[in-house]
Amino acid sequence: MLLLTCPVCGVAADETELAPGGEAHLTRFGPGSDDATFESYLFHRKNPKGVHFERWRHAHGCGKWFHAARDTVTLEVFGTYSAQVTEPPRDILDRIAAKHPGFEWEGGA
Amino acid sequence: MKRYSAFAVAREAMRYHAGWERAWTSPAPKSHYDVIVVGAGGHGLATAYYLGKRFGIRNVAVIEKGWLGGGNTGRNTTIIRSNYLQDPSAAIYEKSRSLYEDLSQDLNYNVMFSPRGVLMLAQTEHEVRGWKRTAHANALQGIPTEYIGPQRVKELCPIMNIDGPRYPVLGALWQPRGGTARHDAVAWGYARACSAMGMDILQQSEVTAIRQKAGQVTGVETTKGAITCGKLAIVVAGHSGVLADMAGFRLPIESVALQAMVSEPIKPVIDVVVMANTVHGYLSQSDKGELVIGGGADGFNNYTQRGSFHHIEETVRALCETFPIITRLKMLRQWGGIVDMTGDRSPILSKTPLGNCFINCGWGTGGFKAIPGSGWAMAELVARGEPGPLAAPFGLDRFREGRFIDESVAAGVAH
Repeated sequence: MLLLTCPVCGVAADETELAPGGEAHLTRFGPGSDDATFESYLFHRKNPKGVHFERWRHAHGCGKWFHAARDTVTLEVFGTYSAQVTEPPRDILDRIAAKHPGFEWEGGA
Repeated sequence: MKRYSAFAVAREAMRYHAGWERAWTSPAPKSHYDVIVVGAGGHGLATAYYLGKRFGIRNVAVIEKGWLGGGNTGRNTTIIRSNYLQDPSAAIYEKSRSLYEDLSQDLNYNVMFSPRGVLMLAQTEHEVRGWKRTAHANALQGIPTEYIGPQRVKELCPIMNIDGPRYPVLGALWQPRGGTARHDAVAWGYARACSAMGMDILQQSEVTAIRQKAGQVTGVETTKGAITCGKLAIVVAGHSGVLADMAGFRLPIESVALQAMVSEPIKPVIDVVVMANTVHGYLSQSDKGELVIGGGADGFNNYTQRGSFHHIEETVRALCETFPIITRLKMLRQWGGIVDMTGDRSPILSKTPLGNCFINCGWGTGGFKAIPGSGWAMAELVARGEPGPLAAPFGLDRFREGRFIDESVAAGVAH
């Protein structure tokens, strides 16, 4: 059972309260971009076996979007943070590096 | 390879069954193969089998990180059907279903194909219209299916409660030649036939890197050493993204956990397969008497091979409502598999940005039924370097071109 603490309302929410929103920190490409970047933005995903940064919505709670850093193998949650940022905060990256020595954030796609 | 037959059983009965051979060999890897298939699940083994049978390519290795058929091939609910809406899906799934019909004879291995019929329930007005449309499409595609009313559903499956309070059964799409097969036997049968053709099945060998030179694949590094190859076929379902990352490209795929469970064994109560897509539950009874139950997939990326508890609860709740007879049953086992979901819920059989490297993935929640057809089409793609008519619509380029095979609309979640 996955528990994520919503950074907006502070509630430790069960996954049945939450709606998953897929990979986080994607750069949006729209009309005017070339086919390859548009395809990549729409469909290509990192799908890592390990540390993953995701968007979630507290759908049956405060209704707000937020970010989460999570391990897809162990289901360990490294932390949740605001939706209004383009990269994960330092303390969460440090927490990940403590578990996965040498881990570095590759940047958004 | 000694053939299995009634005569062989009689012969072995006379000598304490001492003459049975191992079904497949476990050789040390050679330094080079014409084709390496990564993944010894059903799809990978079927690919290797049809490479040998149809194209005479027998210097083939099938590399498996765990044990043969231990991934999704051994974790699914074994449903076989081909009642799809879109023509490309109908073509490849029906090819697959028709290969299942005489697969036991072809492989000389009993895969226990049981065309007991598949009922896909319509429990909303939406589904009634959807299944009628699919029945018409199937008529044009030459796939025998029929839209039937609730009384006929009750006749085919007497234990079903068709007047449920939440979702009464309004009708169903009925495919009489759909059914089930023994999942392990499919993998074992293909493995035995591949081994008999001189192919090497390398279990407990994990691919750790993919070697390339000037945009062409040259080989793989494994936990049992480096092996060179002419062509590489990646057929690894849930771990496709991991292999694609090694090869240096990304896929339009996300891996999620899908769960299934079986009940304690009971006497025969249901002799068809029932799928209820609105409430996310499917049910059939195995030859051992266990009710085999499949449910919904998690919505988030997951490699844990176990799913969320609330999906079990939802599935069981839905099935108890539709089948009141099972409410007192205990569940025996529950497990999960990692399924590779594409954006349009249709598979990918394609060339890749890396030369001589081919990928077969994205079967998502419905790969078992496709094993023979997928292997058939993938073998053609690998042998010729270009897709045949079955595989051509399933290329990676369809995402760029917006040419989706939109079965997520046609089939809801349950594939």
